[in-house]
Amino acid sequence: MTLRRLGLYSASLVIAAWVLLPILLITLAAFTPREALYTWPRQIWPDRFTLETILFFARSDGVLRSVWNSVLVAVLTIALSLLISAPTGYTLARYRFRGRDAVQLSILAVKMFPATVLSIPLAVAFIGWGLYDTLLGVAIVHTALSIPFVTAIVASVFVGIPFELEEAAMTLGASRLRAFLRVTLPMALPGLAAAAIYTFVLSWNEVFAATILTLNNRTLPALIINAVASATAPLHYRFAGGFFMVMPALVILFLIRRYLLTLWGVTVR
Amino acid sequence: MAEISLHQLRKTYGKVTAIKDLSLEIREGEFLVLLGPSGCGKTTTLRAIAGLETLDEGRILIGSRDVTPLPPGQRGIAMVFQSYAVFPHMRVYDNIVFGLRMRKLPDEEQRRRAAEAADLLQIGDLLDRYPAQLSGGQRQRVAVARAIVMRPDVLLMDEPLSNLDALLRLHMRAELKRLHRELRSTTVYVTHDQVEALSLGDRIALMKDGEIVQVDTPGAIYDRPATRFVGSFIGSPPMNFLQGTLRRRNGGLVVETAGAGIPLAAGGAPPAADGGDGSVLLGIRPEHIEALSAPAAGSVAARVVVLEPIGPQNLLTVQVGSELLKVTAPADFQADAGEQVWLRLDPARIRLMDPQSGRALRA
Ligand SMILES: Nc1ncnc2c1ncn2[C@@H]1O[C@H](COP(=O)(O)OP(=O)(O)OP(=O)(O)O)[C@@H](O)[C@H]1O
Ligand SMILES: [Mg+2]
Repeated sequence: MTLRRLGLYSASLVIAAWVLLPILLITLAAFTPREALYTWPRQIWPDRFTLETILFFARSDGVLRSVWNSVLVAVLTIALSLLISAPTGYTLARYRFRGRDAVQLSILAVKMFPATVLSIPLAVAFIGWGLYDTLLGVAIVHTALSIPFVTAIVASVFVGIPFELEEAAMTLGASRLRAFLRVTLPMALPGLAAAAIYTFVLSWNEVFAATILTLNNRTLPALIINAVASATAPLHYRFAGGFFMVMPALVILFLIRRYLLTLWGVTVR
Repeated sequence: MAEISLHQLRKTYGKVTAIKDLSLEIREGEFLVLLGPSGCGKTTTLRAIAGLETLDEGRILIGSRDVTPLPPGQRGIAMVFQSYAVFPHMRVYDNIVFGLRMRKLPDEEQRRRAAEAADLLQIGDLLDRYPAQLSGGQRQRVAVARAIVMRPDVLLMDEPLSNLDALLRLHMRAELKRLHRELRSTTVYVTHDQVEALSLGDRIALMKDGEIVQVDTPGAIYDRPATRFVGSFIGSPPMNFLQGTLRRRNGGLVVETAGAGIPLAAGGAPPAADGGDGSVLLGIRPEHIEALSAPAAGSVAARVVVLEPIGPQNLLTVQVGSELLKVTAPADFQADAGEQVWLRLDPARIRLMDPQSGRALRA
């Protein structure tokens, strides 16, 4: 028993290190003075910390705008994907209907389809529709990517709320819609918020579609990947960029960690 | 307050027929219990009255108003669910006045009615709590309070006591009875517990396989079961059944069973049993059989299988031919397993039934 526990702990430790170590190194580097980054041998723990790298990054060309773009795209994505996934999830949770399995399967199928294959036709189509290099275009693709997950989360949230509560509200004089708005929605709100945050993180971190589909209206990951790929960016710029990419997701995940756990509890049950 | 009439209700789920051709008249102010084994369609019937199920066929009238096409909120009903279905995200007070808010009653009236209901159910000091902070019994009271503040014509309850422990159930049963005496709203109460049904109901509608088998007062349903099923469902231990033959002797009727002839009390002469050979099923309750240690006229010989003390009485299991019978005997009655005893069946309490259909031969 204790041996098993020891194994479990050491495995958790290895996995945590695997995830956290790079983040830690990036964070350290992002606050290390520029000269120290180029000295050899490199110190892992810098002698002094500084904000100048971060500030340099934030002030460089296009960065603030791309951050703003990223936020806009993420918000748009949240709105679009909840608009589509919330009713779908509710329907999947509450009704048995012909084609229910087909809907569920198609959601899974979308999840399995590699976006890479789609990228070129998508870019061509977006040029045709005037969506190329627009934030809306990126948001639409991010919505498509997030819908399978968000639908699954939303459905599990609604499954966890007994329909009987809505029925009780209806016997007390509420219409179907009011029963939903007054009873189910307030109870689902935390779960829906978790789904929204999840979508935010997904959109914020998405590189591939954002790179293919934009030119001037870059989102942050697209901007950074471009700089890194063309190898023009100095080292400290890359570290600061990495830090910017990682932080929001980390902070958000930290804030909602309890939520995700209960959410999984609901899904597993 | 209103009477309810159910006209030939029918509800199927795919291939399963939950209720078939069910008709029932429920009187104004009556406490009617829907009783029956699991899966017989009690909940479906109740939900149909509430408007939570769409029927395949049939009409429902509440207070002579046809409510069949109306949604639950417009039927003048209130319902207490088996799981209580109190809203977990609302405080007790908000739960109780939820329906009044939906009706847009003035705040003053809401507060007055909530206070009244809380008083009646003794939950006045719980109004600020969330349901998660309540015990099962308290939650149940909230569900009842939420229903009665609506002053419904009809109060529907689906096994409201089944989630409570035995002692609390006993207590709440008495409370519900008191509540009905004070409110006098027509109540339909679903349960599969016969004790609950016998103690609460003005009348009991006993269901089986989606149909009503008998509707009667608790006393009548206990003493004069309409079918073998009713006799064996009601009562604990249930009614005993013996094969017998009906004969006409000296101008009177005699039922022969297990080698003994029991003269039947005079009264409405039963019709000749089907088949003409006079074979009948003889039903009798354990308390209407007297166990004797010596043979007497018209007594049936039996062998003791087991004697169980059950508090004020002894429960005797005996074997007659190949059949087992339950007999209640006085607490001082003693007998060992394997011992021979004689049973005297109270002729006035014998219920004759058709062996094929199981229907009672006398009303
Ligand atoms: N939603 C449903 N889908 C399919 N079949 C159902 C559904 N609801 C009920 N049934 C079936 O209809 C029949 C009657 O069910 P109902 O719930 O009315 O029984 P009940 O008398 O309330 O039983 P219990 O005492 O166990 O609550 C059962 O055979 C049940 O399996
Ligand atoms: Mg039921």
